Amino acid sequence: MWVYALRRLLYAIPILLGVSLVVFSLIRLAPGDAADLLIPPEAPKEVAAAFRARFGLDQPLHVQYVKWLRQVLSGYLGVSVVSNRAVAGDLFNALGNTVVLAVPAALLGFTLGVGLGALSAFNRGTNLDKVFSATAITGVSLPHYWMGIVLVAVFSVVLNALPAQGMGPPGLPKTWEQLRHLILPVVTLSLIPMGVVSRLVRASVLEILSHEFVGALQAKGLWRRRVLFHIMKNAAPSVLAVMGLQFGYLLGGSILVETVYNWPGSGGLMNLAIFRRDVPTLSATILVIAAIFVLINVLVDVLQAVIDPRIRR
Amino acid sequence: MATTPADGALPLLLPDEALARARAGNSYWKNVWERLREDKVTIAVTLVLLAIILLAVFAPLVVWHDPLVGSAFTRLKPIGTERHWLGTDEVGRDLWARMVYGGRLSLLCGVLPVFLALLAGGSLGILAGFTGGFLNSAIMRSMDVLYAFPSILLAIAICGILGSGLGNTILALTVTFIPPMVRISESVTAQVRSLDFVEAARASGSRTLPLLRYHVLNNVLGPILVFAASLISISMILAAGLSFLGLGATPPHPEWGLMLNNLRPAIWVAPMTAALPGVMIFLTSMSFNLMSDGLRQAMDVRL
Repeated sequence: MWVYALRRLLYAIPILLGVSLVVFSLIRLAPGDAADLLIPPEAPKEVAAAFRARFGLDQPLHVQYVKWLRQVLSGYLGVSVVSNRAVAGDLFNALGNTVVLAVPAALLGFTLGVGLGALSAFNRGTNLDKVFSATAITGVSLPHYWMGIVLVAVFSVVLNALPAQGMGPPGLPKTWEQLRHLILPVVTLSLIPMGVVSRLVRASVLEILSHEFVGALQAKGLWRRRVLFHIMKNAAPSVLAVMGLQFGYLLGGSILVETVYNWPGSGGLMNLAIFRRDVPTLSATILVIAAIFVLINVLVDVLQAVIDPRIRR
Repeated sequence: MATTPADGALPLLLPDEALARARAGNSYWKNVWERLREDKVTIAVTLVLLAIILLAVFAPLVVWHDPLVGSAFTRLKPIGTERHWLGTDEVGRDLWARMVYGGRLSLLCGVLPVFLALLAGGSLGILAGFTGGFLNSAIMRSMDVLYAFPSILLAIAICGILGSGLGNTILALTVTFIPPMVRISESVTAQVRSLDFVEAARASGSRTLPLLRYHVLNNVLGPILVFAASLISISMILAAGLSFLGLGATPPHPEWGLMLNNLRPAIWVAPMTAALPGVMIFLTSMSFNLMSDGLRQAMDVRL
């Protein structure tokens, strides 16, 4: 078990290196470099040249990459070209705010997804199945940013019941005022995981139900609940894998929903960075989220192996 | 039976019903067609999609206003106004005209990236699955790196850094969809490659290219196409989302995501009008989803 976990962790290293290479190439692909951005075009050429020499922008790419990688590994993520502050501080604040949204959204989406998916599989072909399957496909087809706007229109504009924007007082949500701000964005974000997980659970459970061992379990007189446990355990590895992916999407992909609700999370940070052409902030955010995503995947792989020993080989 | 519904890969063994149909002289594709014809939902959504596509293609014939010209006197007219039956937008442009013309860009941005990813990712995946060995590892490991980015993040990163515009949106979405395309094609091809008839063809002296063309391609194309069809819905939502963020289509050109963004402030005064572009994105992506579900079911020989 531990050997497998270690192997997965070691395999994450080349992936992370690859990720850093992709992010570095993206930075270099950006039209213009920091000197173009910071030094006015009418300044003499020597000023720009001196700037480039000072920050190593005139060196060959591989030298720049190694230097950049060394900085990143030592925890230095660069300085925002807009605020002139270290990116790391802003980024970790924003990531914290995103986690505040992502965790409840994941819990809600996964719970509903597993429940709806399993219920429709066990009642295959009934009206219940049709309603739940329709809910699931709606979840994956809805543009969630639009859903966010509609929810704001209904609950903030018409009913005036919930706040439309922002996260209220900062920090971990404890007071009612903070929780109120969470409701709409969390519901919006949970739609896609709900749909995806529910469709997968339904498909996996149906597939498992067609195996002979289910009939054998029932034939030997096992309680329904025990049979259910066996079915769920067999469905768990693939469902877990998708849940890991979806949680990663919630961390990195909530940019659209965060924009709709003006949530001060990593998505909001990226959106600002894009429009201010703040490449250091943008690239650091992408790098850190991708790194977290890789680690989530390792964790999911290990969890899968705990449930299903066949995977360890 | 080796089945992994989660991957979208289809089982390759024929059960009794399919065998019976095959003995009756029906080809596989004829069976698929017959099943599709009985599936009312799939037919309905295909008609809806056809209608949306035809409207977009023949936009000038069904629209009697310029989608780019508005008037301050006709701002935010409600649905059902005379001469503007869907109302007007925040600068008084006819919403029906903009919805119909908007379909052109939105459909293009939704479908083209999937098609390009199908070409690039499909060929890479078939190559990796058919050759195996070092080439397989090289291709699949580099895809693992791209897989390390949550898909929306990768698209936004590319768009955000290269700048906004339709070309960059399509490029970004194509890059985003290549890794899943490669994975599916690789796994399906590897499955087919290990089947007896491929072995038999090789043993009877078939050369690599004809073998690939007749035996492998014909058997892997179905599942790969079904998977690609299921990506179109995500692609539509993401493409409109990028425009919604201001990274895709540029004003004043009509595009559903961009229209949604522009009409956002109007949600306070004209909520129905402001919600319309989103309804179109939803309707289209839902139809593509249901259609690919129908295709998958029709092509799944287990049923």
